[in-house]
Amino acid sequence: MSILHTVNKSPFDRNSLDACIRLAVKGGSVLLIEDGVYGAMKGTNKSDMVTHAMKDLSFYVLGPDLKARGIDEEKLIDGIKVVDYSGFVTLTVENDKAQAWL
Amino acid sequence: MKFAIQVNEGPYNHEASVSALNFTKAALEAGHEIFRVFFYHDGVNNGTRFTSPPQDDINIAGSWSELADQHGIDLVICVAAAQRRGIVDEGEQERQGKDGNNIASGFRISGLGQLVEAGIQSERLIVFGD
Repeated sequence: MSILHTVNKSPFDRNSLDACIRLAVKGGSVLLIEDGVYGAMKGTNKSDMVTHAMKDLSFYVLGPDLKARGIDEEKLIDGIKVVDYSGFVTLTVENDKAQAWL
Repeated sequence: MKFAIQVNEGPYNHEASVSALNFTKAALEAGHEIFRVFFYHDGVNNGTRFTSPPQDDINIAGSWSELADQHGIDLVICVAAAQRRGIVDEGEQERQGKDGNNIASGFRISGLGQLVEAGIQSERLIVFGD
Protein backbone atom coordinates (compact mmCIF):
# COMPACT_ATOMS: atom_id res chain seq x y z
CA MET A 1 0.00 0.00 0.00
CA SER A 2 1.36 3.42 -0.90
CA ILE A 3 0.42 6.78 0.55
CA LEU A 4 0.57 10.22 -1.04
CA HIS A 5 1.63 12.79 1.54
CA THR A 6 0.84 16.45 0.86
CA VAL A 7 2.79 19.18 2.68
CA ASN A 8 1.49 22.73 2.30
CA LYS A 9 3.64 24.77 4.68
CA SER A 10 7.22 25.93 4.38
CA PRO A 11 9.71 23.81 6.37
CA PHE A 12 11.10 27.13 7.66
CA ASP A 13 7.70 27.94 9.17
CA ARG A 14 6.37 24.62 10.49
CA ASN A 15 7.72 21.18 11.18
CA SER A 16 5.18 19.37 8.99
CA LEU A 17 7.74 18.36 6.33
CA ASP A 18 10.09 17.06 9.04
CA ALA A 19 7.23 15.09 10.62
CA CYS A 20 6.10 13.74 7.27
CA ILE A 21 9.59 12.55 6.35
CA ARG A 22 10.13 11.03 9.78
CA LEU A 23 6.90 9.01 9.68
CA ALA A 24 6.25 8.26 6.00
CA VAL A 25 6.70 4.62 5.06
CA LYS A 26 9.13 3.62 2.30
CA GLY A 27 7.56 3.57 -1.15
CA GLY A 28 5.30 6.55 -0.50
CA SER A 29 5.21 9.85 -2.33
CA VAL A 30 5.46 13.40 -1.02
CA LEU A 31 3.86 16.29 -2.91
CA LEU A 32 4.89 19.80 -1.88
CA ILE A 33 2.16 22.41 -2.49
CA GLU A 34 1.50 26.04 -1.52
CA ASP A 35 4.33 27.32 0.76
CA GLY A 36 5.48 23.70 1.02
CA VAL A 37 7.29 24.21 -2.31
CA TYR A 38 10.12 25.98 -0.46
CA GLY A 39 11.10 22.54 0.83
CA ALA A 40 11.98 21.50 -2.73
CA MET A 41 14.76 24.09 -3.12
CA LYS A 42 18.40 23.10 -3.12
CA GLY A 43 21.02 24.84 -1.01
CA THR A 44 18.85 25.33 2.08
CA ASN A 45 19.33 23.83 5.54
CA LYS A 46 16.44 21.44 4.77
CA SER A 47 17.85 20.22 1.43
CA ASP A 48 19.96 17.44 2.95
CA MET A 49 16.97 16.10 4.87
CA VAL A 50 14.91 15.97 1.66
CA THR A 51 17.74 14.49 -0.42
CA HIS A 52 18.24 11.78 2.19
CA ALA A 53 14.48 11.05 2.29
CA MET A 54 14.44 10.64 -1.49
CA LYS A 55 16.10 7.24 -1.07
CA ASP A 56 12.81 5.91 0.28
CA LEU A 57 10.18 8.38 -0.96
CA SER A 58 9.35 9.95 -4.33
CA PHE A 59 9.18 13.76 -4.20
CA TYR A 60 6.96 15.97 -6.31
CA VAL A 61 6.30 19.69 -6.31
CA LEU A 62 3.29 21.59 -7.68
CA GLY A 63 4.42 23.70 -10.67
CA PRO A 64 1.83 26.50 -10.45
CA ASP A 65 2.75 27.10 -6.79
CA LEU A 66 6.46 27.27 -7.71
CA LYS A 67 5.66 29.78 -10.42
CA ALA A 68 3.52 31.89 -8.08
CA ARG A 69 6.58 32.26 -5.84
CA GLY A 70 9.05 32.95 -8.64
CA ILE A 71 11.02 29.77 -7.99
CA ASP A 72 12.79 28.56 -11.11
CA GLU A 73 12.92 24.80 -11.67
CA GLU A 74 16.74 25.09 -11.82
CA LYS A 75 16.68 25.86 -8.10
CA LEU A 76 15.08 22.52 -7.22
CA ILE A 77 16.82 19.55 -5.65
CA ASP A 78 17.75 17.10 -8.43
CA GLY A 79 15.20 14.32 -8.80
CA ILE A 80 12.15 16.21 -7.56
CA LYS A 81 9.48 16.04 -10.25
CA VAL A 82 7.32 19.04 -11.13
CA VAL A 83 3.61 18.27 -11.64
CA ASP A 84 0.57 20.40 -12.50
CA TYR A 85 -2.91 19.98 -10.97
CA SER A 86 -3.68 17.18 -13.39
CA GLY A 87 -0.53 15.44 -12.13
CA PHE A 88 -1.69 16.06 -8.55
CA VAL A 89 -4.95 14.26 -9.34
CA THR A 90 -3.02 11.39 -10.96
CA LEU A 91 -0.85 11.02 -7.84
CA THR A 92 -3.95 10.72 -5.64
CA VAL A 93 -5.26 7.99 -7.94
CA GLU A 94 -1.96 6.08 -8.19
CA ASN A 95 -1.51 5.98 -4.41
CA ASP A 96 -3.96 4.09 -2.20
CA LYS A 97 -4.47 6.91 0.27
CA ALA A 98 -3.77 10.62 0.62
CA GLN A 99 -2.54 12.13 3.87
CA ALA A 100 -2.41 15.91 4.32
CA TRP A 101 0.21 17.12 6.81
CA LEU A 102 -1.48 20.26 8.05
CA MET B 1 -12.73 7.47 -9.27
CA LYS B 2 -14.91 8.96 -6.53
CA PHE B 3 -13.36 11.83 -4.53
CA ALA B 4 -14.35 13.71 -1.40
CA ILE B 5 -12.72 17.07 -0.69
CA GLN B 6 -12.38 18.71 2.71
CA VAL B 7 -11.64 22.44 3.00
CA ASN B 8 -10.56 23.68 6.45
CA GLU B 9 -9.47 27.19 5.58
CA GLY B 10 -11.30 30.34 4.49
CA PRO B 11 -10.89 31.94 1.06
CA TYR B 12 -8.68 34.73 2.43
CA ASN B 13 -6.58 32.92 5.05
CA HIS B 14 -3.85 31.34 2.96
CA GLU B 15 -4.07 29.35 -0.21
CA ALA B 16 -5.98 26.19 0.67
CA SER B 17 -9.37 27.22 -0.73
CA VAL B 18 -7.81 28.00 -4.11
CA SER B 19 -5.82 24.76 -4.04
CA ALA B 20 -9.01 22.82 -3.27
CA LEU B 21 -10.86 24.61 -6.05
CA ASN B 22 -8.10 23.93 -8.58
CA PHE B 23 -7.83 20.29 -7.52
CA THR B 24 -11.60 19.83 -7.80
CA LYS B 25 -11.62 21.33 -11.30
CA ALA B 26 -8.68 19.15 -12.38
CA ALA B 27 -10.35 16.01 -11.01
CA LEU B 28 -13.57 16.81 -12.87
CA GLU B 29 -11.62 17.51 -16.06
CA ALA B 30 -9.94 14.11 -15.74
CA GLY B 31 -13.40 12.50 -15.63
CA HIS B 32 -13.49 11.74 -11.90
CA GLU B 33 -16.54 12.15 -9.71
CA ILE B 34 -16.61 14.60 -6.80
CA PHE B 35 -18.93 12.99 -4.28
CA ARG B 36 -18.91 15.99 -1.97
CA VAL B 37 -16.90 19.03 -0.90
CA PHE B 38 -17.11 19.50 2.87
CA PHE B 39 -16.34 22.92 4.32
CA TYR B 40 -15.15 22.84 7.91
CA HIS B 41 -13.68 25.38 10.38
CA ASP B 42 -12.94 28.70 8.57
CA GLY B 43 -13.62 26.84 5.31
CA VAL B 44 -17.32 27.66 5.81
CA ASN B 45 -16.50 31.24 4.75
CA ASN B 46 -16.36 29.91 1.19
CA GLY B 47 -20.12 29.60 1.29
CA THR B 48 -21.39 33.17 1.54
CA ARG B 49 -22.89 34.93 -1.46
CA PHE B 50 -22.16 38.33 0.10
CA THR B 51 -18.46 38.52 -0.81
CA SER B 52 -17.61 41.09 -3.47
CA PRO B 53 -13.85 40.97 -4.10
CA PRO B 54 -12.21 43.45 -6.49
CA GLN B 55 -12.75 42.64 -10.14
CA ASP B 56 -9.12 41.63 -10.71
CA ASP B 57 -9.29 39.14 -7.81
CA ILE B 58 -10.47 35.56 -8.17
CA ASN B 59 -13.94 35.31 -6.68
CA ILE B 60 -13.30 32.09 -4.79
CA ALA B 61 -16.71 31.78 -3.15
CA GLY B 62 -18.43 32.54 -6.46
CA SER B 63 -16.28 29.95 -8.24
CA TRP B 64 -17.62 27.17 -6.01
CA SER B 65 -21.20 28.13 -6.87
CA GLU B 66 -20.34 28.11 -10.58
CA LEU B 67 -18.76 24.69 -10.22
CA ALA B 68 -21.82 23.35 -8.40
CA ASP B 69 -24.03 24.80 -11.11
CA GLN B 70 -22.00 23.25 -13.93
CA HIS B 71 -21.28 19.86 -12.40
CA GLY B 72 -23.97 19.40 -9.77
CA ILE B 73 -21.44 18.78 -6.99
CA ASP B 74 -22.60 18.68 -3.39
CA LEU B 75 -21.14 21.58 -1.36
CA VAL B 76 -21.74 21.01 2.35
CA ILE B 77 -21.02 23.47 5.14
CA CYS B 78 -20.56 22.26 8.73
CA VAL B 79 -23.46 23.62 10.78
CA ALA B 80 -21.56 24.24 14.05
CA ALA B 81 -18.72 26.02 12.22
CA ALA B 82 -21.29 28.04 10.23
CA GLN B 83 -23.21 29.16 13.31
CA ARG B 84 -20.02 30.50 14.86
CA ARG B 85 -19.08 32.42 11.72
CA GLY B 86 -22.46 33.73 10.64
CA ILE B 87 -23.08 31.58 7.57
CA VAL B 88 -26.86 31.26 7.47
CA ASP B 89 -29.36 29.52 5.19
CA GLU B 90 -33.15 29.83 5.33
CA GLY B 91 -33.52 27.03 7.88
CA GLU B 92 -30.87 28.48 10.18
CA GLN B 93 -32.34 31.96 9.75
CA GLU B 94 -35.62 30.67 11.08
CA ARG B 95 -34.10 28.51 13.83
CA GLN B 96 -31.75 31.20 15.13
CA GLY B 97 -34.15 34.11 14.58
CA LYS B 98 -31.79 36.01 12.25
CA ASP B 99 -32.89 38.88 9.99
CA GLY B 100 -31.52 37.37 6.83
CA ASN B 101 -29.41 34.66 5.23
CA ASN B 102 -26.25 34.69 3.15
CA ILE B 103 -25.63 31.18 1.86
CA ALA B 104 -24.33 31.00 -1.69
CA SER B 105 -26.10 28.99 -4.36
CA GLY B 106 -25.10 25.35 -4.54
CA PHE B 107 -24.17 25.18 -0.84
CA ARG B 108 -26.14 23.54 1.95
CA ILE B 109 -25.62 23.48 5.71
CA SER B 110 -25.46 20.09 7.40
CA GLY B 111 -23.58 18.13 10.04
CA LEU B 112 -20.28 16.33 10.45
CA GLY B 113 -22.02 13.07 9.55
CA GLN B 114 -21.82 14.31 5.96
CA LEU B 115 -18.03 14.32 6.20
CA VAL B 116 -17.99 10.81 7.67
CA GLU B 117 -20.31 9.58 4.92
CA ALA B 118 -18.17 11.28 2.24
CA GLY B 119 -15.12 9.48 3.65
CA ILE B 120 -16.91 6.14 3.50
CA GLN B 121 -18.52 6.57 0.09
CA SER B 122 -15.47 8.02 -1.69
CA GLU B 123 -12.31 6.22 -2.70
CA ARG B 124 -10.13 9.19 -1.77
CA LEU B 125 -10.55 12.00 0.76
CA ILE B 126 -8.29 14.94 -0.05
CA VAL B 127 -7.85 17.52 2.71
CA PHE B 128 -6.86 21.16 2.19
CA GLY B 129 -6.27 23.59 5.02
CA ASP B 130 -3.99 25.09 7.58
